[in-house]
Amino acid sequence: MRNVWIIFKRELKSYFLSPMAYVLIALFAIFTIGIPFGLASFIERNNASLYWFFFFHPWVYMIFGPAIGMRLWSEEHRMGTTELLLTMPISPWQAIWGKFLAATTVIASMLLCTIGMVFTISYLGEPDTGVVWSGYIGSLLVGAASVAITCAVSAVTRNQIVCVLISAFICFLLVVFGIPQVNDFLRGLGGEWLSNLANGLSLSFHQNEMSRGLMRVESLVYLLSIIGFCLYLTSVIIRSKRS
Amino acid sequence: MIEVNNLSKHFGPKVAVDDLSLSVKKGEVLGFLGPNGAGKSTTMRMITGYLPPSSGSVSVGGADIQDDPNSAKAKIGYLPESAPLYLDMTVSSFLNFAAELRGMAGGVKKEAVDKAIETCFLQKVRHQAIDTLSKGYRHRTCLAQAIIHDPEVLVLDEPTDGLDPNQKDVVRNLIKEMGKTKAIIFSTHILEEVEACCSRAIIIDQGRIVADGTPDELRRRATRAGQVQVQIHGTSGDAIKAELSRLSHASGVDGESTASGFTGVVKPRKAARGVLAGEISTLCQSKGLQIIELHEDLGRLDDMFRELTSQGKA
Repeated sequence: MRNVWIIFKRELKSYFLSPMAYVLIALFAIFTIGIPFGLASFIERNNASLYWFFFFHPWVYMIFGPAIGMRLWSEEHRMGTTELLLTMPISPWQAIWGKFLAATTVIASMLLCTIGMVFTISYLGEPDTGVVWSGYIGSLLVGAASVAITCAVSAVTRNQIVCVLISAFICFLLVVFGIPQVNDFLRGLGGEWLSNLANGLSLSFHQNEMSRGLMRVESLVYLLSIIGFCLYLTSVIIRSKRS
Repeated sequence: MIEVNNLSKHFGPKVAVDDLSLSVKKGEVLGFLGPNGAGKSTTMRMITGYLPPSSGSVSVGGADIQDDPNSAKAKIGYLPESAPLYLDMTVSSFLNFAAELRGMAGGVKKEAVDKAIETCFLQKVRHQAIDTLSKGYRHRTCLAQAIIHDPEVLVLDEPTDGLDPNQKDVVRNLIKEMGKTKAIIFSTHILEEVEACCSRAIIIDQGRIVADGTPDELRRRATRAGQVQVQIHGTSGDAIKAELSRLSHASGVDGESTASGFTGVVKPRKAARGVLAGEISTLCQSKGLQIIELHEDLGRLDDMFRELTSQGKA
């Protein structure tokens, strides 16, 4: 636990000592707040709900998850510091968790900076606190999942651009699986089960459910297992890279 | 302290390290020599637990690097090749990070960081970001990281690579000093370095040990070792050459004859190293010849190295 904390501290410092984290936080706020106001006529709907605010989060994470996670292992591989880190008396797991938690903390700080949205809907009406919480938890988990995916990809390549492109593509698939057009197409292709499968595997579906206040065990289990699986994959990749 | 038994490493069909065994005791500095690609770094990576071996075992201070990696790693300080560092950190925050991962905290940590900074002469740059440092400082920062927990075992992969002559000297002295109380293994392809600070040297080529001994022993194994360089005057060169080739310990004579003397080398018979020069001197005295130069070649590590490693043969 102590080692996870040491790695976490170093990674987090490294995010916040460079302009990177601030730029990402600012851009995230601009996108996530700007899109619902601009595209989804947030005010005109006059609805005290953050559904349309959270609706775009999986799309935004498609870029922001990879942007935050790309350096986690790619940078270590590129600089050769993997060799330093993994010859310390720590287990690779501790390094993986420390790094993942630091990146997730950056996601959490992004979300924290959108807190203005909560005030906006409080102005529009009486928001349901439970639904707001559920949406934020969903968003955090979806963000964490995209970071975990990127984490696994970054363990493969030392090139950060390649890492961003591949992880963004994977996130993209996991987002579009949940949009109605793609679902309809898949239903025509292979029937209801295929469409349901894609929907169940999509990040956007689970985000939308949680934005509505439906915090279901399936959603939590699904998102947490994506994270768990990707981190496990990361450890496998790191081990196989060494042999 | 370091026990390496029948260590092998394959990368696909390529054999990087082939059934290599060695041991380094406390108070010993082992120089690890070999041409590029001989398997030096791969071996060191296996000793430090970064690469799992294909077969064989490594134990450090009694702990097996595979079965009990954390207690083995805790005993090792490692300077990887090219001295990787987190460039966005300052020297002191990096060393603090390393100290924390080594299990230190509070006053102990502070003391260890200060001592490492002092030992590696980093006082001037301790608050500077690592990416603003010159190569020499970066190298020493990575070295400081390796010695921060005062390890029993040091594994240094080309510790003087890319340093200027003064910095090289500093690092060599450090190694020599630390070698008194630790088991050190370091790789290099600078042969003078081996002579300067190793108590023992191993030459490897294509993943195998081709020579193992003190630098002196290795040097003596070079073909040129024991040859006697002569310049003798007093009579015609051909006559001198003939006398020299009749010597019981000489196996051959090579050189230039002039009307007044002879300049060249006398090669010894196998068992005659060290006595040939004496025989030549006696000969000259008895014949009244004048010795201008008489010098026994002690052998050079470079020759030895070239003779043993495949690149030299090619």
